[in-house]
Amino acid sequence: MTPSSGKNLIEVRDLRQTFAGQEILRGVNLDIPRGETTVLLGQSGGGKSVFLRHLIGLIRPLSGSISVDGEEIAHLDERQLEPVRRKVGMLFQDGALFDSMTVFDNVAFPLRERGARNEKVIREKVDRSLELVSLKGQDNKMPSNLSGGMRKRAALARAIITEPACILYDEPTAGLDPIVSDTINKLIRRLQSQLKVTSIVVTHDMISTDHIADRVALLREGRIHFDGSLTDLHASTDPVITDFIEGRSHEID
Amino acid sequence: MKFPYSFPLTRAFCLYLGQVSFLAGETFSSIILGRIRWRLVLNQIVEIGFGSQAVVIITGVFTGAVFTAQIFFQFNALNMSSAVGPVVSIALCRELGPVLTGLMVAGRVGAAICAEIGTMKVTEQIDALRALAVNPIDYLVVPRAVAMMISMPLLVGECIFFALTASYYVATRILNVNSVFFLQHMWFYTHSKDMVMALTKGFVFALIVVFVGCQQGLTTSNGAVGVGRSTTEAVVISSLSILMINFFLTMALNIIFPAGGKF
Repeated sequence: MTPSSGKNLIEVRDLRQTFAGQEILRGVNLDIPRGETTVLLGQSGGGKSVFLRHLIGLIRPLSGSISVDGEEIAHLDERQLEPVRRKVGMLFQDGALFDSMTVFDNVAFPLRERGARNEKVIREKVDRSLELVSLKGQDNKMPSNLSGGMRKRAALARAIITEPACILYDEPTAGLDPIVSDTINKLIRRLQSQLKVTSIVVTHDMISTDHIADRVALLREGRIHFDGSLTDLHASTDPVITDFIEGRSHEID
Repeated sequence: MKFPYSFPLTRAFCLYLGQVSFLAGETFSSIILGRIRWRLVLNQIVEIGFGSQAVVIITGVFTGAVFTAQIFFQFNALNMSSAVGPVVSIALCRELGPVLTGLMVAGRVGAAICAEIGTMKVTEQIDALRALAVNPIDYLVVPRAVAMMISMPLLVGECIFFALTASYYVATRILNVNSVFFLQHMWFYTHSKDMVMALTKGFVFALIVVFVGCQQGLTTSNGAVGVGRSTTEAVVISSLSILMINFFLTMALNIIFPAGGKF
């Protein structure tokens, strides 16, 4: 089942995390192969976003190991994590754009922080990045003047401008209308096919999953319950998986 | 060893002091290693220093004026009206100037720093900085700390200057104190060490305001309510710290720069 280690960009072993005495992750094992889109499914509040945050060291694991591109990151401090974070982009659930800056400055921010000084080059790259997310011409707006979908797309432009090897998406389609969701899905697909980006998408949106996933993992009660291809997922007869796919609850009948 | 920690309040106080000291240590190590974004420092100087001038000048003018009037009313009864100048000047340099400037800046700047960083924290903007491989201390705390360390002594000086100008005006024009005696005595009894004391205090208060504000901001949680709470706490903690630390500073600085005599 598990591919050889060189093929995997990220390998997580026995990851555990507790918040306020509650076990959120109870020993997660997951490999993320290079160049593929892995969708991590799970119920709301099930620890998917928490898991995602561990992958770039935003949260320190209680125990377990996380290796990114062959480097163990679980015990690195903030400054040692910086080279790892340069390889991995992240799209936050609400975009997390800097609200004191225009869209242009937000998207240009990673470039400037990494030493780019030539404004002409910066302008070209920002334009290209904004074009990729269909936001050209919106660069002088402040984040507060954008809709939710536009904010997410602008944040995506910021995440991809430095061409990271891997992008983490935290609920990219949550709270968006079906049309904007579809645009985001197509974008994730396009980035994967054009830039060969490894993507990890945390979601509970099955339509989105069907559209973008190469591989699917299901997080349940703090462990990986299922890990396989999209076809395997749909072929599964496991009641937990079928309930999740069809959106069935057994709580109230 | 267990004794002081058995009090929850002592424990919380030690913990808080530790966190602020850790933040200050990180900030100073970044400053020493040259991780300073000068463009952001300039922005913050405009925001913190330039923007606080009106508040500080008004505070200085009216404190100087009212203090002069009160001292005059008391001293005039003893026929010592010419002592008004030096008393006002020394009180302003050694205590009122730095403390009142510190309190005004804690209210204006400390609150703004905390609210801005706190809002960034609860809207995941701090995490976004970290995810983009930018250290939040280097990006947010260092520019504010450097700007405060530069601005605050200047603001204290400005406050004292306007307070003394107001004092001169009130004493000589309204209360008819002889202007030559006023200036002569003020000049004779006020030494440069009083001014050094004012600026030193201003510098220390700058550190209190900026580190308490940033620490409160960076540890904000629980959305809009949390931002409100930590902003209030930032102002309360820094104001009280200024008042308390001022006493110890006065005692310590009085050993280095004893009152009276020549300097």
